[in-house]
Amino acid sequence: MKDAVTHYCAGCGHGIVHRIICEIVDELDIRERLIGIAPVGCAVIAYDYWNFDVTEAAHGRVPSVATGIKRTRPDKIVFGYQGDGDLAAIGTAEIIHAANRGENITIIFVNNAVYGMTGGQMAPTTMLKQKTATTPLGRDQKIHGFPLRVCELLSNLSGVMYAERVAINNPQNVLKAKRAIKKAFENQIKNVGFSIVEVLSPCPTYLGLSPQEAVKWVGEEMTKEYPLKIFKDIT
Amino acid sequence: MKKVLMCGNEAIAEAAIIAGCRFYAGYPITPQNELPSYMSKRMPEVGGVFIQSESEISAINMVFGASLTGVRAMTSSSSPGISLKQEGISYLAACELPAVIVNIMRGGPGLGNIGPSQSDYFQAVKSGGHGDYHQIVIAPASVQEIADLTMLSFDLADKYRMPVMILGDGILGQMMAPVEFKSLKSKVKSFGKKDWILDGCKGRKPRIIRSLLLAEGELERLNLKLQKKYNEIKDKEERCEILYGDDSKVMLVAYGTPSRITRSVVEKLRKTGKKIGMLRPISLWPFPEKEFKKLAKKVKAFLVIEMNCGQMVEDVKLAIDCSKPVYFYGRSGGQVPSESEIIKEIEKIYE
Repeated sequence: MKDAVTHYCAGCGHGIVHRIICEIVDELDIRERLIGIAPVGCAVIAYDYWNFDVTEAAHGRVPSVATGIKRTRPDKIVFGYQGDGDLAAIGTAEIIHAANRGENITIIFVNNAVYGMTGGQMAPTTMLKQKTATTPLGRDQKIHGFPLRVCELLSNLSGVMYAERVAINNPQNVLKAKRAIKKAFENQIKNVGFSIVEVLSPCPTYLGLSPQEAVKWVGEEMTKEYPLKIFKDIT
Repeated sequence: MKKVLMCGNEAIAEAAIIAGCRFYAGYPITPQNELPSYMSKRMPEVGGVFIQSESEISAINMVFGASLTGVRAMTSSSSPGISLKQEGISYLAACELPAVIVNIMRGGPGLGNIGPSQSDYFQAVKSGGHGDYHQIVIAPASVQEIADLTMLSFDLADKYRMPVMILGDGILGQMMAPVEFKSLKSKVKSFGKKDWILDGCKGRKPRIIRSLLLAEGELERLNLKLQKKYNEIKDKEERCEILYGDDSKVMLVAYGTPSRITRSVVEKLRKTGKKIGMLRPISLWPFPEKEFKKLAKKVKAFLVIEMNCGQMVEDVKLAIDCSKPVYFYGRSGGQVPSESEIIKEIEKIYE
């Protein structure tokens, strides 16, 4: 991890997830053969904080770029970092097919139930009744459909070897998240196949909550829709 | 040297393999399906990667990923699929990544039909994605030339680190002819160490390949750098073939399939004493402006023949600053102009 001040808002979860990834990279000693892919969204300039080779994919295309890299350089460790808009809306086709092909890559999916960078619009993972810039009266299933459960969806695919949902709402869960993300990287090193870890993460700015309240909301509200568990582990 | 009978689409694929292409991703669409089929067989034989992707969008982004590791990579499609690839081509141009994209054009707009067409000329030469960028556009006119120019396309992509499009049409893709490949093998070029690729930061500082440039003036600096490169390409890479450039009164202009028909029209009319010639652009971007400017001083008029409703004709007018009359004849929607139709058009303007 670079010694840099991040651009993230106070109480944002991205900094914690970045830190977890970078600690694991050092623990597994994979920095010099690692290629990361930043998404479009708040984490687009993750390369300002990650001290290894990084590229940046078009919105939603992280799994395709990862496929191109990993298939041509199977000796490298390739991971994609995606938000909920990137992975679960505009990039739905790409993630499903990369997962279904069983690409030997690692995907870290940060779900904070809202579009951050563009100003707090409804995400595919926005909770029912949650107010956003484009659901001013709250998400209504009759108009906006339902929250998309990515781990539940992907774990049905034969190509997926490991799918776990974690949260970073308290220190215990941060440690659990780290354990899960580490496993997702170890799977790739062992050529096990496709691994995804979904991380429930707070976005105080667009939840309209204080950092403390946002963390509480993740733990008490988000986990009702998005239970924390291992959905698949055939490693 | 032994020749092999194959169709244009297969010739592109084999020439790409010889050129060192080791990554191909594509999605089925007529009339270019022979290309991915050939690749699915040949790539594993040479230790390369073939992927049938879930969409054209995914394919071009896989090419993006492969290219940034330094591997020669290509994708192919036909008109509607090429529209989907525009996003990725813009990113390739912005990130200065080499790639070869094949468009075997079919009739449009919309789903159109599967007949041969040149209706994507504007999209190709003006560059159809967002932003200030160009791609090199190469237009072969025979199966042998398809093989030769595929080799060239990979070299140009590497040399200038940018996307190169091979622009063919349904007839060129499907047409079968004997091709010679052996002579190509000695022509694969290297353009120095790829010191920009991502392959893990062992023994060096980490690298970043990106197109988001937020700092004040940063994006304009990239655009000016790209323009400098584009100007160099305009200076060095214009390519065309000229028939009867010295004494022609009317110069026909055509590329790809229409240039084959136009060529036989020219030879027929020459036998009757008519002073007709042909300029066949081989590079559509850069457009062969220098030769057009020279010819504009000698000829009385230009007649542009296309398989569309009039697209390249605009570039001809621009190239000669409208200094001579420029006429147009075209067929669209998968139709091909005939010799007799072209002769009729010439008779209207030839004095």
